[in-house]
Amino acid sequence: MPDGSYAHPQQRQFNPYTENGGTILAIAGADFTVIAGDTRQSEGYSIQTRYAPKVFRLTDRAVLAVNGFAADGNMFVKKVKQRLEWYRHAHAKDMPLRAIARLIQTMLYAQRFFPYYVYNILGGIEEDGSGAVYSFDPVGSYEREACRAAGAAQSLVQPFLDNQIYFKNQQLPPGQTRPLHLSLSDVLSIVIDSFTSATERHIEVGDGLEIYVVLAKGRGPQGLEAVRGAQELTTNAEGDRVFIVRRELKKD
Amino acid sequence: MDHFPTSWGRPRTEAYDAYNTFPLHQRPNPGHKDAFAEGVQRTQQPIVTGTSVLGILYKDGIMLVADTLASYGSLARFKSIQRLHPVGSSTVIGASGDMSDFQYLQTLLEELIIEEFAEADKHELGPAEIHEYLSRIMYGRRSKMNPLWNSLLVAGKKDGKRFLAYVDLLGTTYSASTIATGYGAYIALPLLRTAVEGKEDTLTEEEARKILEDAMRVLFYRDARSLDKYQIAIVNDEGVTISEPKKIETEWGFAEGIRGYGAQIQ
Repeated sequence: MPDGSYAHPQQRQFNPYTENGGTILAIAGADFTVIAGDTRQSEGYSIQTRYAPKVFRLTDRAVLAVNGFAADGNMFVKKVKQRLEWYRHAHAKDMPLRAIARLIQTMLYAQRFFPYYVYNILGGIEEDGSGAVYSFDPVGSYEREACRAAGAAQSLVQPFLDNQIYFKNQQLPPGQTRPLHLSLSDVLSIVIDSFTSATERHIEVGDGLEIYVVLAKGRGPQGLEAVRGAQELTTNAEGDRVFIVRRELKKD
Repeated sequence: MDHFPTSWGRPRTEAYDAYNTFPLHQRPNPGHKDAFAEGVQRTQQPIVTGTSVLGILYKDGIMLVADTLASYGSLARFKSIQRLHPVGSSTVIGASGDMSDFQYLQTLLEELIIEEFAEADKHELGPAEIHEYLSRIMYGRRSKMNPLWNSLLVAGKKDGKRFLAYVDLLGTTYSASTIATGYGAYIALPLLRTAVEGKEDTLTEEEARKILEDAMRVLFYRDARSLDKYQIAIVNDEGVTISEPKKIETEWGFAEGIRGYGAQIQ
């Protein structure tokens, strides 16, 4: 009883979770996917570090962004990477994207009664060469989508994406149809603008931005060669290709 | 162990029933197996605690600083406790939070270092490995809802690479060029960031020491759980050195002029 007396047994519960801020975002194109996250890690009003990556390359065609409780996130990524390595040793190939998505759902649901407090967004290239984004809740519910934002500034970024990617609430001029897929350069601009805007209005977003771009096998660089500081991470030149682009965000 | 003979059941031989316990009254709660079950306690709160630890990168290595106080609530209980601890030859850890949990971690690390030494394979655990080990211990214990109540800094230099990282009771980890635990994260960290960020590769040992001493002085002025006695740990190419305890030079003359706080209104 919270009356301050010692007449009743007192139980103070240890809280095994915390929130470490930050935001992640992924957008799928026709033959590419962009997965991004800021690099700030915070707790309460304190910035712990200005560089703690939230986006991780899993294979040459899959990139995972993890947001929420950082300790759970790091442990989860570590375990997913381990399962993918076992798969590689067993089958002499990388796990396909949709299989990684189902693996992640299984791994999350396995912790249903002591969940990993993390929101996952998986992006990459499907076996048919299309760009794909899978988004998850902490206990494993997932769906394939064209775009998704998660984390501290989800409520700021997702409506912007609904408008810019799904063209929600946009009245097109008569006779004009909306494009089914946006170009890579348009998507990159939308991603960067999303994060600069989220940084303006959300205290837990900022410091740095890491953007991963996955290109389907055999497609041209789609203007990526003109992007400042784009760096290729691909291990196998024959398959899908992974690039990383880094940008600064405001640090206040 | 259940110390109630009546719970032990029927003796196996008729001859042996020294305590004459069977058949006797039933215990009030036979389902209750262990009389001391309620005595099994988990750390719900820290008891004897250390306050902030500060760490910065400088030109030749890393510096940690911590005062030597272990408090019992608001009582300054132990005034000469070392909170900086060398691990192996290239790492030092600094602990805030529960001091008994910290001493337990010291025994674990000692065990780890001995095991590694016994391999005699010319490999040594560096700061990155020590940090990984500690973070796995801390995250494992938080997952058992039985945490080790500490915030730890791990600092070291191995193969010419400087390392400074943090781990706490939740298993949260991160790395940065300046880190502070506890109150230091609010009071000292802004000062350290202004003094260090962007100058990690140019700060000399003397400059770094001055920055940390100034930060410790500010902490002593404002953190009620701190002490004016501190130790500095330096890790550079020569290895780990932990200084003897030193006094913080303080100036309280300004206090005379302060008016208007609390009961003092004159």
